[in-house]
Amino acid sequence: MPLARKKSRNYLPLVLLMLALFPIFGSSYYNELIGKIMIMAIFAMSLDLLVGFTGLVSFGHAAFFGVAAYSVVLLSPKYDPGNLLLVLPGAVLTGAAVAFVVGLFVLRTKGIYFIMVTLAFAQMIYFVFHDTPLGGGSDGAFLNVKPELRIGEKVLLDLNEPMQFYYIVLVLLVVAYVFLRVLLRSPLGHALAGIRSNEHRMLSLGFPVFLYKLAGFVTAGGLAGLAGFLSACQYGFVTPEILSWHQSGNVLLMVILGGMGTLNGAAIGAFAFVVLQEVFSALTKHWQLLMGVVIVTVVMVLPGGLSSLPQRLKGLLIGGGNRNG
Amino acid sequence: MAELVLSARGMSRRFGGLYANRDVSLDMHKGMLHAVLGPNGAGKSTLINLLSGDLPPSAGQILYRGEDISGWSPDKRSRAGIGRSYQRTNIFPAFTVFENCRLAAQSRAPRALRIFSKAISFADLRDAADRAIAQAGLAERRDVVAATLSHGEQRQLEIAMVLATSPSVLLLDEPLAGMGPEESQSMVALLKKLTPDHAILLVEHDMDAVFAVADVITVMVAGQVLESGPPDQIRDSVAVQEAYLGDGESDDE
Ligand SMILES: Nc1ncnc2c1ncn2[C@@H]1O[C@H](COP(=O)(O)OP(=O)(O)OP(=O)(O)O)[C@@H](O)[C@H]1O
Ligand SMILES: [Mg+2]
Repeated sequence: MPLARKKSRNYLPLVLLMLALFPIFGSSYYNELIGKIMIMAIFAMSLDLLVGFTGLVSFGHAAFFGVAAYSVVLLSPKYDPGNLLLVLPGAVLTGAAVAFVVGLFVLRTKGIYFIMVTLAFAQMIYFVFHDTPLGGGSDGAFLNVKPELRIGEKVLLDLNEPMQFYYIVLVLLVVAYVFLRVLLRSPLGHALAGIRSNEHRMLSLGFPVFLYKLAGFVTAGGLAGLAGFLSACQYGFVTPEILSWHQSGNVLLMVILGGMGTLNGAAIGAFAFVVLQEVFSALTKHWQLLMGVVIVTVVMVLPGGLSSLPQRLKGLLIGGGNRNG
Repeated sequence: MAELVLSARGMSRRFGGLYANRDVSLDMHKGMLHAVLGPNGAGKSTLINLLSGDLPPSAGQILYRGEDISGWSPDKRSRAGIGRSYQRTNIFPAFTVFENCRLAAQSRAPRALRIFSKAISFADLRDAADRAIAQAGLAERRDVVAATLSHGEQRQLEIAMVLATSPSVLLLDEPLAGMGPEESQSMVALLKKLTPDHAILLVEHDMDAVFAVADVITVMVAGQVLESGPPDQIRDSVAVQEAYLGDGESDDE
């Protein structure tokens, strides 16, 4: 990364180990919960590429997640398992292709207009699935049998098996994370960081900024599509709600809650959001109220999000409470 | 005759009823430094903005190596070799001096599809960045975050970034403003060194510097060219003295 940064202790291997061992101890309820968190982490990281690393605050990211989830149902036979090698790339490409088309329009706008047009496009897509029979209308559609990877008679991977599904999600989370880390240190990643910092100077230096933003937007759409694929496979059905602006808002909140522009923050935000959602909705049906309180508190007390907490604590201990340290 | 590189033909730019540039024509040759003088609000920055593509002209033509580029976007002009610096420092504040210049150099060899390579691993970009940093006199500040540089050093970085793009045309908007006397002197020396291989347009209030480096001087007043010619002609011009030089020292921004 362009920023000079101090090396901090790397907790990632430990987190990875815990995630890998979790199903040995967890019940199926908790396995499913962790699975959902990992899927949301992929989704949130994909949005962080735009919001945190490129400076594009998209309020329509659920569109790419949602169309990819629908594509899983549409690409799978009704009563037979779909071919993983077809359905998975198909979903990712669907997310990326829709992001390409949407990006051609929305990336010509800036600031508040960008937020509004991304929302408007996502709502348009929501209504396409809500009001036409394409994906079962407002009832949604079932994925009766989840995809599998089969060579001849032998089934290598079967997403209908909860254990296998859990580990496939884990592996794809790692793949997405590593991919984004590698991308961010590449020339493209540095150019995106430049666009976030000073778009005008990037143009003046000769970068075709629009194309770079489009590349970032399509990549983020493809990764959101990966999350959408996994989500459809986890629940076995899709409804228009996964395309709604609530979903776009939730993933944006995950990124803000965890801390923008750090990847780890997006994953931590997804974890915190899903767990809090689970806890609060068990307490009251007005869980969104409690969630709102938490998010406002975090934003005010910890502007860098939850992922900045350790650094902040260290700063308090060493710096004697220097808030801007 | 030196090679004509960039020229404006009858170029105008209006803001509402105000002509910021009116029927401006000017030529830039390789190996020559063309200085532009004028009081505050004369339209000097607007002239650079029109040549660099930051602003579209309301009328007139801009020719680059004989081709009309008035419709080109700023990034396209930059890639074609027209580099510029800004009067108001325009850098990447959160990046180090090195990364500011490395990114500038990257614009010449974007390698956007090499997503599995490290941006900092390309030796040609590192060398171009380090060369530009050394030229601008910032070598000792190479790894400092740009936001923490002094104002004068940020002005130097502004120049280093353009140099890192290896342009053939340099449009410099008051590069010396805000620099200390020592930095100013080495910047003047640098301009002299760059002139043979570049076509340079220098907007500058510092008269001593201008008369030390300029091959041609154009004086602008109220958006129009008042007079254009070699330094001696401008120094002796009655019109210029009346309109500008005699007009007291309006040096500060
Ligand atoms: N974007 C703009 N919108 C409206 N008016 C503008 C704009 N940019 C410049 N102007 C006006 O055009 C005129 C010329 O401005 P310009 O910045 O080119 O002058 P300048 O010669 O660079 O002055 P200075 O020496 O102060 O930098 C000024 O009257 C200015 O107010
Ligand atoms: Mg100016």
